[in-house]
Amino acid sequence: MNTLFDKIWDAHTVDTIAGGSCVLYIDRQYIHEVTSPQAFEGLRQRGIPVFRPAQVTATPDHNIPTVNQHLPASDPNSRMQLETLEKNCEEHGINIYKVGTPKNGIVHVVGPETGTTQPGMTIVCGDSHTSTHGAMGCIAFGIGTSEVEMVLASQCVLQTKPKSMRINIEGELNPNVCSKDIILYIISKLGTDGGTGHFIEFAGSTIRSLSMEARMTICNMSIEMGARGGMIAPDQTTFDYLKGRENAPKGEAWERAVAEWSKLKSDEDAIFDKEVTFDAKDILPMITYGTNPGMGVAVTGSIPELEEIPAVSETSFIKSLDYMGFAPGDKMEGKKVDYVFVGSCTNGRIEDLRAFANAVKGKRKADNITAWIVPGSRQVEKQAIEEGIKATLEEAGFELRQPGCSACLAMNDDKIPAGKYCVATSNRNFEGRQGPGARTLLAGPLVAAAAAVNGVITDPSKL
Amino acid sequence: MVDKFITLDSSMVPLNIENIDTDQIIPARFLKATTRKGFGDNVFYDWRYNSDGSPKTDFAMNNPKYNGNVLVVGNNFGCGSSREHAAWAIYGAGFKAVVSSFFADIFRNNALNNGLLPVQVSPQFLAEIFQAIEADPQTKIHIDLEAQEISLPVANITENFEISAYKKECLLKGYDDIDYVLSLKDKIEEYETRNK
Repeated sequence: MNTLFDKIWDAHTVDTIAGGSCVLYIDRQYIHEVTSPQAFEGLRQRGIPVFRPAQVTATPDHNIPTVNQHLPASDPNSRMQLETLEKNCEEHGINIYKVGTPKNGIVHVVGPETGTTQPGMTIVCGDSHTSTHGAMGCIAFGIGTSEVEMVLASQCVLQTKPKSMRINIEGELNPNVCSKDIILYIISKLGTDGGTGHFIEFAGSTIRSLSMEARMTICNMSIEMGARGGMIAPDQTTFDYLKGRENAPKGEAWERAVAEWSKLKSDEDAIFDKEVTFDAKDILPMITYGTNPGMGVAVTGSIPELEEIPAVSETSFIKSLDYMGFAPGDKMEGKKVDYVFVGSCTNGRIEDLRAFANAVKGKRKADNITAWIVPGSRQVEKQAIEEGIKATLEEAGFELRQPGCSACLAMNDDKIPAGKYCVATSNRNFEGRQGPGARTLLAGPLVAAAAAVNGVITDPSKL
Repeated sequence: MVDKFITLDSSMVPLNIENIDTDQIIPARFLKATTRKGFGDNVFYDWRYNSDGSPKTDFAMNNPKYNGNVLVVGNNFGCGSSREHAAWAIYGAGFKAVVSSFFADIFRNNALNNGLLPVQVSPQFLAEIFQAIEADPQTKIHIDLEAQEISLPVANITENFEISAYKKECLLKGYDDIDYVLSLKDKIEEYETRNK
């Protein structure tokens, strides 16, 4: 009566110590330039090497420019972090996909697309959106820099075993609803602390029907409801996605792996600490109106009235709307938009670019919109060119930039100016997330396309 | 490597806001350092300073009537990004403990790994603290890690708080996590051999 999570967790537990903390073996660690330098510095001070360098993969992504990647980053501090990552990888024999090389990109896009992320694994990275990889049927979660150092030193991390939670989505999706809408809907119902202390398994017929990339979008944002991570049991969709990717097993090893991976599911009688079921037909295209990802409504809906907000949350609600320049009860449709950002580890994959391009095909970008379309990786960029997505975008007045985290967290030059509204396919609408004073409206690629063409928030079915 | 934490008596700095995320604690543009030092100056930067760099007078940290090394915050503190820089920034600004009715998981771990004690209290206890500070900004809080107790003497209330036995030991004695895991190397290698 074990959950999928239990099975993988227990198989990776090296030891259990006082107070119930587990020493968890980590199959794969991903690193990037922002949260790793202090970890390497720590190793240096201890005078110890990286324990298993072959199980670490690096790709710079947070700071990198999305234009002119053949030139060094303009900000000297960004440049310093990028150079430090390269130096650390070289010194410790770690594989790195450097900026501008064919495999570079956002760490959570690169891991699955190179076949490095596989079912049944334990995966960590100094980044909360590591939960993305759970879509492949593995335990993947974000850690802090001290823990990055611990994993570099020992290939293990100390963790308390989280509680289990299952979220089922059943039934057929409405037209123009994509997986981003599903996860924004779930978070709007359960709140940003709805999953805290839990590891989520997403299940149900709707989830089963989703492509691998759509599943990644859902697991990616499980952290936005406070969960340690999210995962989906591997199935034929997972195996079809993985087969033939460069780091996936080949030949006989592939057959053996699939046989093992096929066993990875929760037992029929598994008991979850928490279980919730949603009906797919209740889900409409979504958008957020506030400063946390739980503040979302249907695009055709309105911001809640003050009376609908619990007393204890009132101050935060008012502060949030004040920042956004909105009022309780406002209708979302027709609100002015200044920027559209398509990209990030949430929605920067080929299917996202394809969905956006199909929606804007034969139309024109509105004059009041500045649009940044940023592929999640070099491979996504290459495919977008080969498939004609780039050409479609250009005909509609858009340009495809070079890959990176970009305006999701605005560590590079891609910053939304203060006071401006940006419909973003990324994962966080926190105050200042996209630049000081920037106002972020989270949505999926179709809602982003409708806003980009009409210049205002628009229901994608009316495009 | 972490500083010891045993007991603490202090006045407090209140931030009565829910869901304070790590982007507010330390905005991404300040994450470009390659050492652990210097983040304290930029803690809560966009709430603390106007765009011209002048301090916002209505922000609690800029108001001299609030002081001490305990930060008291609303529910679900530290949600969002896993950046440990958030814990470094709070600790670097001189805080030794953060009190809330709920902490996001990754932030809680990051805080504990850096000698910053997250103390989770009931929503009622938290409301009492905010009220007491409003009545008297110099109200003191008492935290005893060994006893796992937090008390607000002015209201004559005490609560117990949870912490893992292992983490408690580390903080009380200033032990280092990584040294501990490294001491298990034989078990880790055995695990690897078993699972080849």
